[in-house]
Amino acid sequence: MKGICPICDAGVTLLGGTEESEIISCSDCKSRLVVQKISKGKAILGKAPVIEEDWGE
Amino acid sequence: MITIGLLHSTIRGDEKLILQAAKKRKVNIMPIDVREQVFNPGTYKINFDIALIRTVSTVKGTYAAQFFEEMKVPVVNSSSVTRLCEDKFYTSLRLFQKKVPTLKFSLVFNLEQAVAAIEELGGFPVVIKPPLGSWGRLLAKVNDMDALEAIIEHKEVLGSPQQKAFYIQEYIKKPGRDIRSFVVGGKVICAIYRDSPHWITNTARGGEASNCPVSKEISRISKDASEAVGGGILAMDIFETSEGLKINEINHTMEFKNSEHPTHVSISGAIVDYCIKTAKKI
Repeated sequence: MKGICPICDAGVTLLGGTEESEIISCSDCKSRLVVQKISKGKAILGKAPVIEEDWGE
Repeated sequence: MITIGLLHSTIRGDEKLILQAAKKRKVNIMPIDVREQVFNPGTYKINFDIALIRTVSTVKGTYAAQFFEEMKVPVVNSSSVTRLCEDKFYTSLRLFQKKVPTLKFSLVFNLEQAVAAIEELGGFPVVIKPPLGSWGRLLAKVNDMDALEAIIEHKEVLGSPQQKAFYIQEYIKKPGRDIRSFVVGGKVICAIYRDSPHWITNTARGGEASNCPVSKEISRISKDASEAVGGGILAMDIFETSEGLKINEINHTMEFKNSEHPTHVSISGAIVDYCIKTAKKI
């Protein structure tokens, strides 16, 4: 499955089992990306949200 | 068949393990991104039997837990457990009240009281933490008065209102590690050591996980701490001190992806099993 990096336009190959809302990295520009939607074998990627003060476990 | 609603705001490795464990058990599980929901009690259509709150955002998770409880859906962890565990001061108060061994602590709002609190705690060094926060972020080991003044001034000028509540804890010199135990439904399923040369041992900060055999003492304090805050799916951060084991913090949306391998325990599987058991009880 592939998607396009919204930062550098590189093609990003996603590992099998990647889920929507998962955070991944662009193999080219190393930006943190979020998998917004998976449809018909294609992934729509967006810029990952910035870590916020209340994030954690 | 029971369906688990997996409430999330980002799918981490931990949530993927939960999804895989559910699939392995042939249990229906539905990932639900809380950021895409409209929590209107008059219109919300619930199509799952139990809500498993796994949001990386504490604030969003707390609202989701409260919403689904009001909608009469069983929630893991419950909103009351979440509220106690998301705030270090609330957690410490509860542990103190229930006589579960924990570190000495205080909460103050200004420098003058901080000085008095530190004196009561036995003097420097101490650790100042934001009451809300995780992953070892914004912790400060305060060694002397100069550092205390600087940290409090920075928080007073730059911080959000939450950052202006100063949770102060006695500093414990650890043996290069701490212990994290995993408690599911009151049962201690496994534990890890988190080794680090740094005084902050969180795995999010580079601490390395290895298996920690669950001793009677670990089991006892973990169960007591779980019971004290209301139970559910919890991870206990435990310090080894000269006075025995003490609970440092309790995590209510525990991360465990680095702990399944060293312990050989399917923590994700235990979470799914607990959700099924809880849903069936109701």
